[in-house]
Amino acid sequence: MTTTLAANRPAYDGKTLDLTGKSGARAFRNTLASVLITLCFLIALIPLVWILWTVISKGYGLLLDGGWWSESQRGVTVRREGGGAYHAIMGTLIMALITAVIAVPIAILGAIYLVEYGRGTKAARVVSFMIDILTGVPSIVAALFVYAVWITVFGFNRVGFAVSLSLVLLMLPVVLRSTEEMLKLVPDELREASYALGVPKWKTILKVVVPTAFGGIITGVMLGLARVMGETAPLLILVGYSKNINLNPFEGFMGALPTMINQDRTELALQPAADRVWAAALTLILLVLLLNILARLVARFSKVNSK
Amino acid sequence: MSVNRLLRVGTVAVASLGVLALSACGSDPEPTGSSSPSGSDSASTGGAECPEGTLNAEGSSAQKNAIEEVIAKYNEKCADVTVNYNPTGSGAGIKQFNASQVDFAGSDSALKTEAKDGGEAEAAAAAKRCQNNPAVNLPMVIGPVALAYNLDGVDKLVLDGPTAAKIFQGTVKTWNAPEIAKLNPGVNLPSAPIAVFFRSDESGTTENFTKYLEAAGGGAWKGEPAKKWSGTGAGKEKSAGVAEGVKSTKNSITYVEWSYAVDNKLGVAQIDTGAGPVPLTAESAGKALAAAKPAGTGSDLALKLDYATKAAGAYPIILVTYEIACTKGLPAEKTALVKSFLSYFASTEGQGSLTELNYAPLPEEIRTKVDAAIQAIS
Amino acid sequence: MSSTDGTAPPTAPPDGPRDEKLELGPVGHLGDRLFAGMARGSGVLVVAIVAFVGIFLLALAIPALANNESSFLFSRIWEPGANPPQFGIAALFYTTVISSIIAMAIAVPIAVGVALFTTYYAPKRLAAPVAHAIDLLAAVPSIIYGLWGILFFAPILRPVIDGLGSALGWIPLFQKSVTDNVGVVFTASVVLAIMILPVVTAISREIFAQTPVAHREGALALGSTRWEMIRMAVLPYGRSGVVSASMLGLGRALGETVAVLIILSVPNGNDPWTSSIFAGGETFASKIANNAAEFDSPDKTGAYIAAGLVLFVVTFLVNSAARLIVARSGPGGKRPRRIKRIGDKPQSEGATL
Repeated sequence: MTTTLAANRPAYDGKTLDLTGKSGARAFRNTLASVLITLCFLIALIPLVWILWTVISKGYGLLLDGGWWSESQRGVTVRREGGGAYHAIMGTLIMALITAVIAVPIAILGAIYLVEYGRGTKAARVVSFMIDILTGVPSIVAALFVYAVWITVFGFNRVGFAVSLSLVLLMLPVVLRSTEEMLKLVPDELREASYALGVPKWKTILKVVVPTAFGGIITGVMLGLARVMGETAPLLILVGYSKNINLNPFEGFMGALPTMINQDRTELALQPAADRVWAAALTLILLVLLLNILARLVARFSKVNSK
Repeated sequence: MSVNRLLRVGTVAVASLGVLALSACGSDPEPTGSSSPSGSDSASTGGAECPEGTLNAEGSSAQKNAIEEVIAKYNEKCADVTVNYNPTGSGAGIKQFNASQVDFAGSDSALKTEAKDGGEAEAAAAAKRCQNNPAVNLPMVIGPVALAYNLDGVDKLVLDGPTAAKIFQGTVKTWNAPEIAKLNPGVNLPSAPIAVFFRSDESGTTENFTKYLEAAGGGAWKGEPAKKWSGTGAGKEKSAGVAEGVKSTKNSITYVEWSYAVDNKLGVAQIDTGAGPVPLTAESAGKALAAAKPAGTGSDLALKLDYATKAAGAYPIILVTYEIACTKGLPAEKTALVKSFLSYFASTEGQGSLTELNYAPLPEEIRTKVDAAIQAIS
Repeated sequence: MSSTDGTAPPTAPPDGPRDEKLELGPVGHLGDRLFAGMARGSGVLVVAIVAFVGIFLLALAIPALANNESSFLFSRIWEPGANPPQFGIAALFYTTVISSIIAMAIAVPIAVGVALFTTYYAPKRLAAPVAHAIDLLAAVPSIIYGLWGILFFAPILRPVIDGLGSALGWIPLFQKSVTDNVGVVFTASVVLAIMILPVVTAISREIFAQTPVAHREGALALGSTRWEMIRMAVLPYGRSGVVSASMLGLGRALGETVAVLIILSVPNGNDPWTSSIFAGGETFASKIANNAAEFDSPDKTGAYIAAGLVLFVVTFLVNSAARLIVARSGPGGKRPRRIKRIGDKPQSEGATL
């Protein structure tokens, strides 16, 4: 029906508007577009639901077991049930924490430089460009770089700290960019009011600008953490996996959730190992999700600042 | 005001992470079978006394399941020793051992005594690491390599060396080829192409399997034995990858450690060595090892396997993985740990636990030699 | 935007004039200098890190490259452990690029659709949760994509590959592999597409949402349907943003490691090389990760580091291209904010520059 109507009208050339009312063809096109766009969304939902369902349905069992959160895998082989992911959760958190401790100050100071000190200068544009480059550095390249420095050149051992160093490269640009955006949103009236009161610039930044943007900065930090926690490649190259609890990032092998998945995925044919793979996967998703939710909560409370 | 609220939210966020991290003070799981402290005074243990400390080891992934099982059993006896084994590969294990990063290494081949690429020979570098004392190759785990296949309706498949070599070389391309049909009379073989899977990472399993193909293939295998695959097929990462590949692909075949074939419920081909088809069992693999000759002299126990063995009932494709340790020169407390753990590994109890994991235990004759070599470590 | 940025501050040191104007006390001077130094130091550090990454990788790659007997850029052989070592990146480069491009071709249209859905089609109440749901895809670690991809998704995709391979097999790009149809480049590409979907969606969404109300309502006031409004106002406005989002997605796909490593089958060295996407292959990242355990000689390590360096350069170029596109064509997203900033607060430059 609609096609016969379309035949009677001059073809829509995309430039000039036919303003004689919504013709059948135009209405049809509009509906078609709506259908296609909704379809796109539904298609995008398929893998999301499928993956989450897979992980949750296969992984939730072990998570309900108290031992999962408080025990290591010491003495547990792929054929035995039991044990938990405490060693891996702690390893992941410790490495993420060290990463944050190193990356966040550099990122915030770098953002302060870009917004407060270097705005518009050539140097700032170079820095800004380099951050874009850093954003695109693949995790495997970051890991290789740290391998080249830490192990090939300095001859150190593979340890959790080396992983943190490579994760810094991945986290830094995320936090820096989001902090920069937040600092830009701080109204200049606030700065000017502070200057007018005779407050030096550095104090203005520390006491007025940064606190105003604090919520946004925290959001950025959490999103950055969420990005690095799920990384597997640096762990494969830079630290050995241990089933035992090791809380020292400077010595020895260290467990982490991605490498725990990586170890047990070689034995997926065995039920205890398969259960642990999906449980560890679910734990990792939950950790990342928790950070994302916290980030959003903080962002919501900080809405005041972004006007 | 809003800043204060933000600070509070931020603090809550950070604190909740901290709580998550510290809420449960972690511990090691209770050993499952520890209700009766059985082993501690039984005579079967090699090194009865338990030192304390941490032992780090790294190397072959072929022995991963074996050593993990033994570590678990060992910890039931010696709870104060932590043994880490990182299954990153034989090459990595030797490299880390020679760089003094680990206390012993697991390797699918003995230390090479000849230098390559103008570098230092592995054995020489290892001796340097042991304060100028030789390192010893201790054969510890025998992992039979299975030819695992996925063929609908074929429960028993017989192959021999030349046919296997042709399949993995890619000169025999279909399942109903005359070479295969001749070995399997009465079996309904499909006309489908053979999908070969190989290990895409460098692997001791590949090295041992290609050694077999060269020795028993009757010239059908063209490549040099190496850790890197040089035949036909599609590469998958690690043993798990090739096993998964065969499991999910009809009309496929691969070479993989026996345990993976069993765990994934894959068919395992019997090998006709000239003395009739030999199924893969712990005994048939052990028989092939008994035919092996020592390659080194004195206390060095490196083995030279006879892949072309025609001994009746011997399954020829086996992989011997070694533990490489210093004979002397480690700090005293590390020496005690290495001795204690390796003695347990080489004990009848330690070896006995491997059969259920589809490894073959060391033949008694070799086991006693290995045990003696471990006791000689000082 | 870059032209105004370049011409705005002709004065030599940006700190000088402002310090005088603000009349800060001596304490402020010291604190200021310290703090400014720290901030600037962090900026320099970022530049230094990127430079170091390049330099270190290069320094360790050069000796191996010097020993290399093959053409590094054009050879498809990869035998860094051989004597003399031979390695070239042609095959790695091809698989890396083709898999990422296919991923992009699949992901970008869908991402644009999803972004339009969340900005202009979904009911207001639904829009935010829907957007967050898609963002959730970004929270799934890549190793899980890999496992899911090979265990659950690849078997489903198998008939599709068989069908396409049979229909289009006469084109080399779609030539069917005889035996293996699970770990093929196409499967990896589809999984990569799913992985970059949230990245492209998030950026596109942001830019579409920033289409000036005047443009949109103008179109609607002229009697446009919703789709015409989108075609005439939203899409042209967001085009450069979508392009740069796609480039960022491409950058992600190029460097993805573990998922690709788990999914892709590796071709053997004897069969003739094939350009088919229905065959296995190796990308830079998967090759490096697969062989990380055997970095046992400087030549070998150097060869993989050289491959990593090429990956670094490729992602560098792709990301630079994305930035360039944004800078050249004037992003829909950034312009209004900038205008507002300058227009609203003419003083701001003097105070904060």
